[in-house]
Amino acid sequence: MTDAADLRRRTADLLAAHPPTRRPRPPLAEGPAGPHLWSGTDRLDFLGARFDAGLAWVHFPEGLGGLDAPRSLQAVVDAELAAAGAPDNDPGRIGIGLGMAAPTILRYGTEEQKKRFLRPLWTGEEVWCQLFSEPGAGSDLAALATRAVRDEDGDWIVDGQKVWTSSAHLARWAILVARTDPAVPKHRGLTYFVCDMTDPGVEVRPLRQITGEAEFNEVFLTGVRIPDAHRLGDVGDGWQVARTTLMNERVAIGGVRTPREGGMIGVAAAAWRDRPELRTHDLHQRLLTLWVEAEVARLTGERLRQQLSMGQPGPEGSGMKLAFARLAQQISGWDVEFRGEDGLTYDDWTLRRPDGVDFIGREAGYRYLRAKGNSIEGGTSEVLLNIVAERVLGLPPEPRTDKDVAWKDLPR
Amino acid sequence: MSPTTPAATPDLLYSEEEEALRAAVRALLADRADPATVLAAVESGRPHDPDLWRALTAGIGAAGLLVPEKLGGQGAGPREAAVVLEELGRAVAPAPYLTSAVLAVTALLGCDTGRPEVAGPLAALAEGRTVCALAVPLPTAPGGTGPATVRADAAGALTGRITSVADAAGAGLLLVPADGPDGPALYAVQAAADGVRSEPVTPLDLTRPLAHVVLDGAAGRPLARGEQARVAVERALRTGAGLLASEQLGLAEWCLTETVRYTRERTQFGRPIGSFQALKHRMAALWLDVASARAAARNAADALAGDTPDAPVAVALAQAYCAPVAVRAAEECIQLHGGIGMTWEHPAHLFLKRAKSDELALGTPGRHRAALAGLVDLAAP
Repeated sequence: MTDAADLRRRTADLLAAHPPTRRPRPPLAEGPAGPHLWSGTDRLDFLGARFDAGLAWVHFPEGLGGLDAPRSLQAVVDAELAAAGAPDNDPGRIGIGLGMAAPTILRYGTEEQKKRFLRPLWTGEEVWCQLFSEPGAGSDLAALATRAVRDEDGDWIVDGQKVWTSSAHLARWAILVARTDPAVPKHRGLTYFVCDMTDPGVEVRPLRQITGEAEFNEVFLTGVRIPDAHRLGDVGDGWQVARTTLMNERVAIGGVRTPREGGMIGVAAAAWRDRPELRTHDLHQRLLTLWVEAEVARLTGERLRQQLSMGQPGPEGSGMKLAFARLAQQISGWDVEFRGEDGLTYDDWTLRRPDGVDFIGREAGYRYLRAKGNSIEGGTSEVLLNIVAERVLGLPPEPRTDKDVAWKDLPR
Repeated sequence: MSPTTPAATPDLLYSEEEEALRAAVRALLADRADPATVLAAVESGRPHDPDLWRALTAGIGAAGLLVPEKLGGQGAGPREAAVVLEELGRAVAPAPYLTSAVLAVTALLGCDTGRPEVAGPLAALAEGRTVCALAVPLPTAPGGTGPATVRADAAGALTGRITSVADAAGAGLLLVPADGPDGPALYAVQAAADGVRSEPVTPLDLTRPLAHVVLDGAAGRPLARGEQARVAVERALRTGAGLLASEQLGLAEWCLTETVRYTRERTQFGRPIGSFQALKHRMAALWLDVASARAAARNAADALAGDTPDAPVAVALAQAYCAPVAVRAAEECIQLHGGIGMTWEHPAHLFLKRAKSDELALGTPGRHRAALAGLVDLAAP
């Protein structure tokens, strides 16, 4: 059985065999710091060696980046490597691959698929995106209309349109759900694939959003050929596979420990301290209420982490996203109002393609607009409330009119 | 400037011992304090149920949790007392636990426990042989004690009036903050002594009796003087406010659980009413509030147990958050029960009355938010 001491020893062995070496810091004009401090070869070599040593995600099987160790022990490895100044795999940039594609491939992939996809996914050499949502199928994901039809070679020909796809313009691979049988009820006619984003017929277009940026994409699939070897799970079993992906999406929330005032409330509190001339009694009352809610949400996340580390997964996780969405919207709204004249301006409307969402580094107006997405993306607040009500509280489900109707006969 | 980030990570879970204590208290309350019994008890006009109190104190030792073993108690602490309060809140039990086992005990522990006039009452309280009330108005917030309304002369005779003292009616001993000849002091007064009168008031919360205490030359024994007396009372109020959050948590939990149970069974328009999204979303939102209140209440209990520098923040945070959650849970409970929720026969009203009264007890949410403003450097305009 692998324990913390064993992992510390293995981590030390890795560091001894692959001492992290830094390239000298480049002149400022050459670009930002961060992972780029590492020369490409050194960094990827180190990450590959870490994967091969089973220290990438210790709870994964041996040979696939892990050691079959308890998940909670990952923190031991991460702490040792961070202390040694080792490079990380830039999880912010490859979050969809790590958080969603990898656990799904691990559970449903063939041995060949696992060997082919997991290592470059973890090192970040190959970026992943997720082709799930469609213009007509967001909250009701199982209503999706993208079609996959089998040709005489046994390959699949895919046609359809996906939307809200983060990282599609960077991605080498996508996880994709498509309809393979329109004659059965909607949940039963779906199949799950891995789609090569470099294939002909895949077209990625930036989707400009309320902030002026294009953080997401629309993806048009026209006659895209996917070999049957890139199917995950059985034909018609796509909904089951997709549920694994979606559950892992929500598990990822609340994973990071933040200090008091660590999030958006810290920006608002700092503004209050810096600008005494803008203070009013009404804004003071509302700020204190928001401060209390933000701190309690932080503690609730901490409690969830403590439950998980004790092996008692609590249902609080389903609610954390609801709380964070509401708080982000209320705090960012307060923030714009507090700043008075400055609240009337915006930092930059230029169409850009950002690497991620930067709530803290941008201005109040950006935070206010971007936070509007928090109650929509990754499951709307309304859908999450239903999930809490039905799966946590055990309340009776909504009556379903579409359950036994063939997808092709549903009104659209 | 640092907004007082806590040095250590709080332990927000329950230990096995705490869960065992919870099971014992819950079993006792299920047996002796079901809603019908509580309703009958409050209508009898008795300040509290002596049998229940004896079982809780002598049987389980709950009253001595905050008292060290060498002083006759259980030598546990605020985390354990918080678990008892969660269960008492879940049952709206008419037991003077918060007042006697938390407020009075903490005040006594702030005095010189080597002296027999302090150690004696502490041991009696810990064993449940007597009930004791800290004679301050129930709405007093930590840090909010104004000038004492009672004066003591050089012989220790106390004169004055203290309004709205919780559980004074059933108490054998009163702890009275007073202005003595040498400044502030804390006195012990036998409730049955000459010159002590208790004027019961009709309380909003039927399960927590209130009385004005009138002292007219009553004999008091000094327990602490000056700064020690002030700190002892302050500490009692802070501990009380922090642990009250757990009572509010338990109360809110009962309201949510009962509402979910009822709406799953009650049918209208051909469906269980709990399947209507308008109701489901309200209960799911309430669940999130209760889950969050648990983190806030546990954080306060843990900070009090560790006596950490962050305790004042943790207590103010817990009261600012948990008090409104308990009120909302009780209000939603009544609304989602429909007509039956408005009746005397259904226990929901007992919970609403306790929740609303708890919102005022030991400082309103607004008072605690104002305290936070100072504690975390968010100055008022």
